[in-house]
Amino acid sequence: MRCSESQDPADPSPMLQMQGICKRYGAVRANENINFSVTRGQIVGLLGENGSGKSTLMKILFGMVRPDGGTIRFKGQALSGHTPRDAIRAGIAMIHQHFMLVDAMTVAENVMLGWKKAGAWLHDRQVAEQIRSTSQEYGLDLDPDAMVGDLPFGKRQRLEIVKALLRGAELLVLDEPTSNLSPPEVTALLAVMRRIAGDSRSIIFITHKLAEVFRVCQEVTVLRDGKNAGRCSTEGTTRAELARMMVGREFGLATPRVEMGSGAEVLEVTTITLKDSSGLKLLDEITFSVREGEILALAGVDGNGQTELVEVLAGLQAASSGRIALHGRDLTKTDVTQRLRAGLAYIPVDRATTSLVPGMTIAENLGLRDFAEPPLRRGLRLNHPAFYSRAVSRISEFGIRADGPGATVDTLSGGNQQKIVVAREIGRKPRVLIAFQATWGLDPGATRFVIDQILALRNSGGAVLYLSSDLEELLGIGDRIGVIANGRLVGIVPREKANPAEIGLLMAGGGLLPAALEINEDLG
Amino acid sequence: MDYNVLAELLAATVRVAAPLIFVALGAVLSESAGTFAVGVEGMMLMGAFSGAVLTFVTKSWAFGLLGSAMSGAALALIVAIATARFRTDHMVTGLSVNILALGLTSYLLRGLFGGKTPVINLPTLDAIQIPWLCNLPLIGRALFEQSLLTYAAFFLVIPMHLFLKKTQTGLMLRAVGENPAAAFSAGTDPIRVRAVAIIVCGAFAGLGGAVLSLQELGTFTDGMTNGRGFIALAAVIIGRWQPLFVMLGCLLFGAASALAFNLQGWSLPISSYVIQMTPYLLALAVLCGIGRRARMPAAIGRSFTRN
Repeated sequence: MRCSESQDPADPSPMLQMQGICKRYGAVRANENINFSVTRGQIVGLLGENGSGKSTLMKILFGMVRPDGGTIRFKGQALSGHTPRDAIRAGIAMIHQHFMLVDAMTVAENVMLGWKKAGAWLHDRQVAEQIRSTSQEYGLDLDPDAMVGDLPFGKRQRLEIVKALLRGAELLVLDEPTSNLSPPEVTALLAVMRRIAGDSRSIIFITHKLAEVFRVCQEVTVLRDGKNAGRCSTEGTTRAELARMMVGREFGLATPRVEMGSGAEVLEVTTITLKDSSGLKLLDEITFSVREGEILALAGVDGNGQTELVEVLAGLQAASSGRIALHGRDLTKTDVTQRLRAGLAYIPVDRATTSLVPGMTIAENLGLRDFAEPPLRRGLRLNHPAFYSRAVSRISEFGIRADGPGATVDTLSGGNQQKIVVAREIGRKPRVLIAFQATWGLDPGATRFVIDQILALRNSGGAVLYLSSDLEELLGIGDRIGVIANGRLVGIVPREKANPAEIGLLMAGGGLLPAALEINEDLG
Repeated sequence: MDYNVLAELLAATVRVAAPLIFVALGAVLSESAGTFAVGVEGMMLMGAFSGAVLTFVTKSWAFGLLGSAMSGAALALIVAIATARFRTDHMVTGLSVNILALGLTSYLLRGLFGGKTPVINLPTLDAIQIPWLCNLPLIGRALFEQSLLTYAAFFLVIPMHLFLKKTQTGLMLRAVGENPAAAFSAGTDPIRVRAVAIIVCGAFAGLGGAVLSLQELGTFTDGMTNGRGFIALAAVIIGRWQPLFVMLGCLLFGAASALAFNLQGWSLPISSYVIQMTPYLLALAVLCGIGRRARMPAAIGRSFTRN
C-alpha cells in the first residue's frame, strides 16, 4: 500500500476512529480536520514534529481537551464530552512521558491507587498476585512489594503498563516511551508492546524515532502543522519518505565532515573521580582527551554520571580527585569564569534552568557569558546597544524565530530556546564545547540545526565533547565514540570501528545507579 | 524512685499525652495530604474555648464536645480555603489562624458575657476504672484508670493507622501528599482531598483542646493551649507521619511534661519556668536528631494546580 495524503483506506470496523478533529487555541490551529484510526490488534505509529498536533490529538482522545469539531468512535460507541475517567472506563489508557507514580509507595499500592476493583478496603494480597501473574504473562518482571522510588526508569514504565493492563485497557497510548531507555531496554519494551498488541489490544506509539516505527508498527500516521500529512503501512514506505512527510520538505545534505587529521590535544581529563557524601563513586577515574577538530561522543543512559561529568568539567562541581587541563593549562582548581575565559563552552541539558533565564530577554540571555567584558561592558555599566546589536546579528545568523531581541525567552518554543543557547555558546568560538543532550526534546528540524552547528564548530578546529543517550545521533556525529556506564568510561573507539550492538550492551552494562538516577530526576 | 511516684508519673504521662494525640492524629491527616498543619495550635485553642463555654452554657458535655470539634473545623475551613483553593503559603496561613484564634477566643470570652470574664468552673470528667485491670502493678493506673477522652484518644490510633494503610481513601490521601498530579490522574481532585483533610484535622485538634479544657482543667483561660499544638506537630515528625509512632512521640512529650510537673514539687533550686521549658527543649533536641532524617510527604507545602 502506498501512502495516501490523509484519507482512510477501507477499514470495515476500526477499533478507534477519529474523524475531522478540529481544535484551535486562539489563532493557532492545533488540529485541523484530522482523521486517525486504529485497527484492533495493531500497533499504530503516530509521527510528527513538536507542535504538529500529536499531543493535542491524543489529549482530545483521552478527554483532557474538548475538540471544536469532529467525532470519535471507540469500539463502535461514540465518545464525546468525555473526561479522562470516562476514557479509562471505556478502555483507553494513556502512558505519559512523565509517569504518574508515587515514589514513596510500593508497586502494589501504586496499582491500587484509584482502582475501583482494589476495593474500598484494599485487597492487597489479591492485587499483588494479579501483578505477579500479569507481569509474568508479558515478561515485565515486576515485584509488587518493591518501592517505586527505588526502581529504575524502565521498570517504572513497566509499572505504568501493568496499571493500564489490569484496569482493562484495550487501547494503550504510549507517548515517546523509548526516549530514556538504553538500546537493550528499547528492544525489550518493543517486545512487550508486540505481545500486548497480539492480545487483541491495540497500541498508539507516539515517537520521533523512525527506526522504531519500522520495528513494531504495522501502520503509521504522520501529522504536520496540525494536519494529516499521510498514512501508510510500514511495509509500503521508507524512512526517507516518512521524514519528508514529517517536515514537508526534503532534508538537505548534512554538513560535510571535513577530514581533520590529528590535531593537538585540547582538553585533557585525567582520572577524574567524584564521590557523594556517602562515599559512593558517581564518577570513577574518568580519563580521556579531545583533539582539535574532533568530536568525542559519549553514549550512556541517563543517570550514569553524565550530569556529574559535565558539571565537573564546567566547574559547577568540584571533583574529589583528578586533573582537567586545557591546552596544557591546569584548570582543575579554577572557577566557572576562569574556565569560560580559557575557552570552554557548555550546553547543559536543561534549557529552562541552567542554560537560560526564562524571564529575561533574548539580548540579555545572549550576553550572559561575557557581559563583564567589553564590548558588553563600558566602564562600570552594561553597554545596552552592544547587547542589542549582538542579539540582532545572532538572531539572523542562527535563524532564531522571535519578535526581536527584546522578547523574553519564555515566550519562545523549545527549539528556538535551544538555538539561543547554541548561538551564545558557539557564537563565542570556543576551543572546547561540552554539549549534554543538546537536541533533547527538539523536533527533527531543530535537531538538525544544532547538529550542523556543532559539526561546523568541529570543522573549524573546535574540540567537542558530546554526551547523549541517543545512540543513533552519537554514531552520526562522533569522531570517536565511548560509553559512560555506572560512572565509568568504557571502550572509546574510532567511528569506523563503532558497533551499535556492542555499544548498546555497554550502555546497559552495569545497570543503573539508583542514587544517580535520583539526582537526575531532581534536575528534571 | 518511689514506686508510687513512678506509677503517678506514668499515669500523668498518659493523661498529658491524650490531648496531644488528638491534635497529632489530625495533623497526620492534614500533612499526609500535603498541607503543613501549623494552624493546629489555634484550632486546639478554639476547641478548648468552645468546649468550655458551650458546656458551661448548656450544661451538656455532648454539646461541648460537638462544639469544640466544629469550631476547630471552622477555623480549619479558613486554612483549607486559603491554602488549597487560593494556594497561600502554609506556614503563614497557619500562623495567622493561630494568632486569629488567640485574639478571637479572648475577645469572645469577654464579649459573650457582657464584657466581664466569667468564672467558668466545670466539674472535670471523672476517671473510669476498668475493673480488675486497674489494679495491675505500676501500669494499672496509667492505662486503666483514665477519663473517657483519654481512652478515646488512644483507641483512635488503630483505626487511623488502618485508614491510612488499608483503605482506598487513605491510599488516595497519602498519594495527594506525595504526588498530587498522580492522584489527579488516578481520578481524584487533590484540592478537595486536601481541603477535607484539613477540616477533619481541625475537628481533631478541636477535640484535643476540649480534652484540655473539659477533662484536665475544667475551665478556659486565655491562650491555655500554650504551645501544645506545636508539641503535637513535633510528635508527628518524630513519628514520621505513622499513627502508631506518632502516639509514641506524644507519650514521650507526655513523660517530659509529667516529669517537669513533678520536679516542681521537689523544690529544686531551679526556677520553675526553666523546668517547664523541658518538654520544648526536648522537642527541639529530638527534632535535631530524628527530624533531620524524617522523610516528609514529598509534596507537602507545595500547592497543586491543574495545568
